[in-house]
Amino acid sequence: MDFKLSKAHLLQQELYRRFAENEIRPLAREMDESESYNMELLAKMKRYGFFGIPYAREYGGAGSDTLAYTLCMEEISKVDASSGITISVHTSLCCSCINDFGTEEQKRNYLTPLINGEKIGCYGLTEPNAGSDAAGQQTVAVRDGDDYVITGSKVFTTNSGFADTFVMFALTDRSIGTKSMTAFIVDRNAPGLTVSADIPRMGIRAASNCVVTYDHVRVPAANVLGKEGQGFKIAMKALDGGRIGIAAQSVGIAQGALNEAVKYVKERKQFGRPIAAFQNTQFKLAEMQTKIDAARLLTWRAATAKDAHENYSVYAAMAKLTASEVANEVTRTCVQLLGGYGFTREYPLERMMRDAKITEIYEGTSEVMKIVISGSMNLR
Amino acid sequence: MKIVVCIKQVPDTAEVRLDPKTNTLIRDGVPSIINHDDKTGLELALRLREKAGGSVTAVCMGPPQADTALREALAMGCDEAVLVSAREFGGSDTYATATILGAALRKIGYDLVITGRQAIDGDTAQVGPQVAEQLGIPQISYAEEVDIQGDALTVKRQFEDQYHILKVKTPCMITALSELAEPRYMSVGGIVDAYNKEVKVLGFSDLKEGLNPDWIGLAGSPTNVKQSFTKQPKASGTVLSGLSADEAVEAIMSSLIERHII
Repeated sequence: MDFKLSKAHLLQQELYRRFAENEIRPLAREMDESESYNMELLAKMKRYGFFGIPYAREYGGAGSDTLAYTLCMEEISKVDASSGITISVHTSLCCSCINDFGTEEQKRNYLTPLINGEKIGCYGLTEPNAGSDAAGQQTVAVRDGDDYVITGSKVFTTNSGFADTFVMFALTDRSIGTKSMTAFIVDRNAPGLTVSADIPRMGIRAASNCVVTYDHVRVPAANVLGKEGQGFKIAMKALDGGRIGIAAQSVGIAQGALNEAVKYVKERKQFGRPIAAFQNTQFKLAEMQTKIDAARLLTWRAATAKDAHENYSVYAAMAKLTASEVANEVTRTCVQLLGGYGFTREYPLERMMRDAKITEIYEGTSEVMKIVISGSMNLR
Repeated sequence: MKIVVCIKQVPDTAEVRLDPKTNTLIRDGVPSIINHDDKTGLELALRLREKAGGSVTAVCMGPPQADTALREALAMGCDEAVLVSAREFGGSDTYATATILGAALRKIGYDLVITGRQAIDGDTAQVGPQVAEQLGIPQISYAEEVDIQGDALTVKRQFEDQYHILKVKTPCMITALSELAEPRYMSVGGIVDAYNKEVKVLGFSDLKEGLNPDWIGLAGSPTNVKQSFTKQPKASGTVLSGLSADEAVEAIMSSLIERHII
């Protein structure tokens, strides 16, 4: 067992770190306050290959792996969790569905432009009345000749404000429910598809997150991913992989917050010495760094299992459960270490604390993670 | 056009800290980076290739760990990378370094050689021009803009108080200023490629035919560092505050007179 990153992975980590520091850090606060993502920044990340990290060269990806993708998610999320989720939803939810279940033609037409940096993707599963109970879907797709006609609405669709390609799920036969759930690739400009304004949120405010309404949207049958009725399996598999990304995002938020706090406590003087000299501060920092490392190792275990084509869904759930809790605890403690300054918007800690909350909710809540984990423990 | 860029791996001086007790540099754990001006040289080479075609080869003389700098150059988009490394080359001053690099460049072949202006660790700005002398080719140092038309280059050279616009035909050598261009980042795919490519190593035996062993390494270096020491920091000045303009003038004048400066 070797916990060291290879030289190639270290160099990727260096790239993501430099890029995050130089390009994203200066924009993070302004993007949060304006609740909009900077499109020039998005274009830069596309250009350097951040939107196709684990995908094959033959389709236009960078030809790297899931472990490298977690390094990207961590480094980017250290300075801006909104940038992290923008990459994550595109990569591990939208693109993975097409990569894993798409036909050769679908890969050429849809995956290639998504992973070579031309287009952005999103993933629509959650509905107003179907969150953790994803099987309670109401969106329907009715077969009509060579097409399906889709009607319904999807909520909290990350990236939908500017995405070009929508992977979404609909029932072809409501009487059999989930068994008829089917995955579709839909173009943004399909008539009848409308995207709402961004939903006002507590955190990851720079990311785009909207309601997508499908009003008799006609989609060719050639755009069905996998087979009719395979949708639930496709959706769940994508979420399994997505959780590795969210775990890495959580590790990034936590490490980024801790780094800020470390910088602060070395400079801040109270009672005649830097607050870093107090044992309470030192112990808090030690506890936090240890928890972050534990979360990171769980994340890397899930990523390397996925790269080795082993079963990783429980590992991914454990990584996400742990890392998201660590992100929340660490950001809260770091705000406390900065005291009143931590509460101000002059420092990024309050943003990080707000951003951390969603990691316990999206791509499966902590409660759903516990269902996945306990389900593997032969308890019944 | 075959463009060869000479790069140096240097300690990241932005990360160097002072030992508070001895006031000397703490070098342990300081990350190594591609020298800034050299990275600009790489960017220039890649832009010239985009405009005029050809290939870009990165060359680095240094210990085996300089491999990382070359992988980074490949990840930025260079076609090939060559590490010039041998025990015999250790301790070389700028003249010996240029002698070795000259031999390596003759072996590799080139139309245009680009180096950075100077390295942040030695600050000599000598190796580039010395390499050009070794190769007997024209050199333009301190390039701030470079344009290419066929085998001719137009170079805007920075001087202290003026610019020179020079035209030169290949083969030639240019030293790049960091003002010339903002270097691109590595790309993700570039890093994957960089570790699938081979970094060619040229050692002493590969170069010895074109190399006079009396002029390389520590023994062959005409200059030697006799002593290095940390400069005594200047005494901190006196801060006078809360004075009106007249009072401030009075205080400064009396201080200067007191010390017999005026």
